Amino acid sequence: MSATVDTLKPYSREWLLSDRPTSRHQARLGRAYVIWRRFSENRLALLGLGIIILLLFVAAFADVLAPYNPVQGDLMNSRLLAPGSPGYWLGTDDQGRDILSRLIHGSRLTLMVIVLVAVIAAPIGLIVGTVSGYAGGWVDAILMRITDIFLAFPKLVLALALVAALGPGIENAILAIAVTSWPPYARIARAETLTFRNSEFISAVKLMGASPFRIVLRHVMPLCLSSLIVRVTLDMAGIILTAAGLGFLGLGAQPPLPEWGAMIASGRRFILDQWWVAAMPGFAILIVSLGFNLLGDGLRDALDPKEAGQ
Amino acid sequence: MTLTDTTAVTRRNRRRASSSGKAIFRFLVTVVTTFLGLLAVTFFIGRVIPIDPALAIVGDRAPAHVVERVREQLGLNLPLYQQFYFYVRDALTGNFGTSVLTTNPVMDDIRRVFPATMELATIGTIFGSLIGIPLGVLAAVKRGSIADQIVRVVGLIGYSVPIFWLGLLSLVLFYAKLRWVAYPGRLDIVYEFTFTPITGFFLFDSAILGQWDVFWDAFRHIILPGALLGYFSLAYISRMTRSFMLNELQQEYIVAARAKGLSETRIIWFHALRNAAVPLITVIALSYAGLLEGSVLTETIFSWPGLGLYITNSLQNADMNAVLGGTIIVGSVFIAINLLSDLLYRTLDPRTRSR
Repeated sequence: MSATVDTLKPYSREWLLSDRPTSRHQARLGRAYVIWRRFSENRLALLGLGIIILLLFVAAFADVLAPYNPVQGDLMNSRLLAPGSPGYWLGTDDQGRDILSRLIHGSRLTLMVIVLVAVIAAPIGLIVGTVSGYAGGWVDAILMRITDIFLAFPKLVLALALVAALGPGIENAILAIAVTSWPPYARIARAETLTFRNSEFISAVKLMGASPFRIVLRHVMPLCLSSLIVRVTLDMAGIILTAAGLGFLGLGAQPPLPEWGAMIASGRRFILDQWWVAAMPGFAILIVSLGFNLLGDGLRDALDPKEAGQ
Repeated sequence: MTLTDTTAVTRRNRRRASSSGKAIFRFLVTVVTTFLGLLAVTFFIGRVIPIDPALAIVGDRAPAHVVERVREQLGLNLPLYQQFYFYVRDALTGNFGTSVLTTNPVMDDIRRVFPATMELATIGTIFGSLIGIPLGVLAAVKRGSIADQIVRVVGLIGYSVPIFWLGLLSLVLFYAKLRWVAYPGRLDIVYEFTFTPITGFFLFDSAILGQWDVFWDAFRHIILPGALLGYFSLAYISRMTRSFMLNELQQEYIVAARAKGLSETRIIWFHALRNAAVPLITVIALSYAGLLEGSVLTETIFSWPGLGLYITNSLQNADMNAVLGGTIIVGSVFIAINLLSDLLYRTLDPRTRSR
């Protein structure tokens, strides 16, 4: 409208930061830019983002990056070689398999676990939370009672019992972790829903004749997403650790799959003399979960400046 | 992370309760429904998920009449709601069946191993609070400084490191290489027969009996797993302390205290921390509950004969009675601590008392 706005070069810094955006597109990009600026001020958060991007990259190109076969080793010449041996940077395990190659391929399993848990648990939490918050009354009371019951459980022990009943395996481990991780998401979605269930835009949509189903799906859920994403990111580290714990106890991925927790378990027998067999996968777990924690912290601070630094 | 949620739950429940009669009723309803929920979930895991629990016990080569008899003994031919009724009745009387592995009633086994876990979790919590609270206070007071950053990173690593891995590495370093601590287990074999525990808390028992050599030995065994668990509670406690303290330091009474000319030390440790202490007690109680759970993996590494090792050993041997019995006990203690910390909060903080 005004001349100053029109003269701004599209996609320039001023255009993005303009307090009078001329299109929805510009407003959205502008908001994203502000969040990104706040996020990128935090060096630790950028480090976390870098770690996660690296993980994605390694998982995507595992076949190209891994120098050796992760499952089949060279029993003749390369059993339990120390890190730094020619051709084997991180050493080899008791079956002559290159540990680096196994870690690289294991990143796919880690990624699979966290993605599947998030895909199963987050929507359950989102649906339970938004329905409970929007409907109120008896529906709310019952759904929140169930959520509280699940919240009161020790997560790892419940997952252990579930896997014990379902049988060991990475699919069942994923299922068990998902079953134990949805309640916090339901709480968050409900809290968000309660803050705007009586607001004017919901009343407006209601007047236009939208069904409760449509209101929850199209108008309530999208607004809960950002805090849910932060929470899921912060939970990723916990999910990785639980999955690794299950793998360590022999209840997660089964051999010869290069799952990091199971790799630590198999290196346990040689821990005194060949420490690297158990140590290397642990470093991988530590780095990746640290990455998710840093990223989650940074996202929370960037999306919710009120809470920043707390 | 779960711990933060449970604080949220207790806070919400606290706000709901307005008059005391209503509050007590609500409290009882919470206790009963949560406990029934726990039993319903373990019932579901033990009885509904396995296609046929009777087959799981006798094996799939057993003749049909044996399977039928076991089914009857287990009450599997009854409708599900009756099965659940009997299940709840048994659980309330402490009857979780017999462990296949040890051939003892599961409850007896748990009674034997539970003190070991509690002792470990107690040491861990003491360690975590003694170091975590000062670190959290330091980080809050020197907000944004190098010290704050270091405390933050130490905490974040605590949230990110696999405990069983750290346990293995620390065993290699402190036991195998440096010989500072004793090998995995609770006591040296020498003392297994000369020492008869009273309560099952070895440090406490040996001190009472005056057997200081046993005390020293028990200490050398517990220090590493205790410190390890303590690190995890430290990560949580220091983070929460920092956030509570930041909150308190912004209040007006701090400005007033400064204006009165009180020393900064006095303001921080006597005024601000005192007000942060009440929510901190909740946090410490919750971290204690978290350590009971965290001990599952730690005990496996340190061959610590507690509930966690009992559950994982039973898991390896498909001993479902023991696994579910252990789950119910850990779950019940978890629920009890949650509720207790809520009650404690209400009694200690006069501001939350109902008018």
